[in-house]
Amino acid sequence: MSNPTNLQYSAEHEWVALDGDTARVGVTAYAADALGDIVYVDLPAVGDTVTAGQTCGELESTKSVSDLYSPVTGEVVEVNEDVDGDPSLVNSDPFGRGWLLVVKVTATVDLLDAAAYDALLEA
Amino acid sequence: MATNDPTPRTTPLHAVHTALGANFTDFAGWQMPVRYSSELAEHRAVRTTAGLFDLTHMGEIELTGPGAGAALDHALVGRPSAIGVGRARYSMICAEDGGIIDDLVVYRLAEEHYLVVANASNVAVVAPEVAAGADGYDVEVRDTSEEWALLAVQGPASAAIVAELTELDVPSLRYYAIDAGTVAAPDGAVEVLLARTGYTGEDGFEVYCRPSDAEAVWAALQQAGEPHGLVPAGLACRDTLRLEAGMPLYGHELSRDTTPYEANLGRVVVLDKPDGFVGHEALAKRKEQGPERVLVGLVSTGRRSPRAGYPVVDPATGAEVGEVTSGAPSPTLEKPVAMAYVPPHLAAPGTRVSVLLRGSLEDADVVELPFYTRNR
Repeated sequence: MSNPTNLQYSAEHEWVALDGDTARVGVTAYAADALGDIVYVDLPAVGDTVTAGQTCGELESTKSVSDLYSPVTGEVVEVNEDVDGDPSLVNSDPFGRGWLLVVKVTATVDLLDAAAYDALLEA
Repeated sequence: MATNDPTPRTTPLHAVHTALGANFTDFAGWQMPVRYSSELAEHRAVRTTAGLFDLTHMGEIELTGPGAGAALDHALVGRPSAIGVGRARYSMICAEDGGIIDDLVVYRLAEEHYLVVANASNVAVVAPEVAAGADGYDVEVRDTSEEWALLAVQGPASAAIVAELTELDVPSLRYYAIDAGTVAAPDGAVEVLLARTGYTGEDGFEVYCRPSDAEAVWAALQQAGEPHGLVPAGLACRDTLRLEAGMPLYGHELSRDTTPYEANLGRVVVLDKPDGFVGHEALAKRKEQGPERVLVGLVSTGRRSPRAGYPVVDPATGAEVGEVTSGAPSPTLEKPVAMAYVPPHLAAPGTRVSVLLRGSLEDADVVELPFYTRNR
C-alpha cells in the first residue's frame, strides 16, 4: 500500500491536502481497508467548527464503527455529499472521490509526511 | 484455554486463505479469515449464489457406545436419544444453575455414535462437561476436534454445487440430516461427512473431512462452485448473515448468565426426561417463573447501527432496561438491525424503544425474528 507523497497524515489514519488555508480531509486506504465495507458516514455540517485531534464524525462498516478525528482545527466549508449517498467511495477511492471534508484552517498541529506515515503502518 | 494462547492456531486451509488474499482476525484462539475482498459482496453471494467457509475452528466431541444416547440425554437439555440415525438437532448444554455453557449441533452418525459440534471458544469447556454429564453411562467421550476439518457451502446454489462432487443423493438429503460419502477432489475421492446444516439462513451444507484432505475438498468445492457464482466467504459476512437469520451467537445472545428461556429457545429444553439432566431443576423453575428479559429483534429508524453492549432505554421512563447483544447494518434489508434483551413489557412486535447509541438516543422498533427468511 503506497500513500501519496503530496499529502500529510495523522496517527489516526486521516490524510490532509493543504492548499493555502484550506485543507481537504479524508481517511487513508489503510483505515478504509481495516474497517471493511463502509456503509454509513456521519460527517459534520458545513459551518461546524472542528478541532484537531477531536472526534468530528463516524465511519460505520458492517463489522464496526470508527470515530473520525479531525486532523486540523477550523471551520467546515464543504462536506462530500457523494459519500453520503455512496459510502463505498471511501473504500474504492479513499484519496480521491472518497474525500470527506474541506476545512478552513485556523490552527494546525504536527502531521506526518508520507514516509513517516508509512513507517507508522509498518511499526 | 486455547483463547489464552499467545500464538493463534491456524487451520489446514491457512495457506489457501493467504493465497486468496484473506484478511485475518484472531477468533477464539484461531487465526481465521475475516473477509477475502468485500464482506458485503460475500454476504450477497451467500444470499444469491453461494459462499465457501472454513469452519475448522469449530470443536467436535464424539460419543460412542451403547450408553451414548442416554449419556447425552443427561448431559444436554434436549433428548439426543430420540434423534434418528443420520439426523441432527440443535441443542444446548447448561450448568446446574441453568446457565448456557454452549449451544451445539448434535448429529447421530450411527445407533451408538454421536458427533457433537461446539463453538470454538467453548470446546475446551464443553468436552469435559459432556464427559462429566456422561459419567456412569456406558460410553466413551472424546474431543476429536483435531481429527476434523470443517468446510461449509451456503447459499441457493449450494445443492447444485455439492451434487456435482458426490455420489450421495443430495436432493434427497433433508435439512438437518447427515450422510457419509465421498467428494471428488482433484487427486481422487475424499471421504467426508455431508450435512445439510448451516448458520446463514440459506440452504447449505457442512462438509467434515480429515484435516489432510481439507485443501483438496476446498479446491473441489471452489472449482465446482465458480460457474455458479460461489466465492470464498469470511467470518465478517457470517456474522451479518446469522444476524439477519436471527440466529444466536454464544458470547452475544447466549451466555452463562442466560437460560434458554430468555433466548426464546425454551423449545430445545425437554423437562420431562425420565432420568433428569444437568440443570433440570433450575430450568424447570425458570420456565415456571417466566423470563425477566427476552430476546427481540430491533430495526433502527435511523442510519446508525445499534451495536453489542449498547443500552436499550424505555422511552416512557428514560431508564436503561436492556442491552443490545448484536447489531449491524443489514446488507439484505439495507437498514440497521439488532438483537437485544428487553423486559417483557417492551417485547411485543411494534413496540418502540430507544437505544443509547454512542451518546445519543435513537428510536428502534421491536420486530419478529428473524429479520430475513429465505424463499423455499
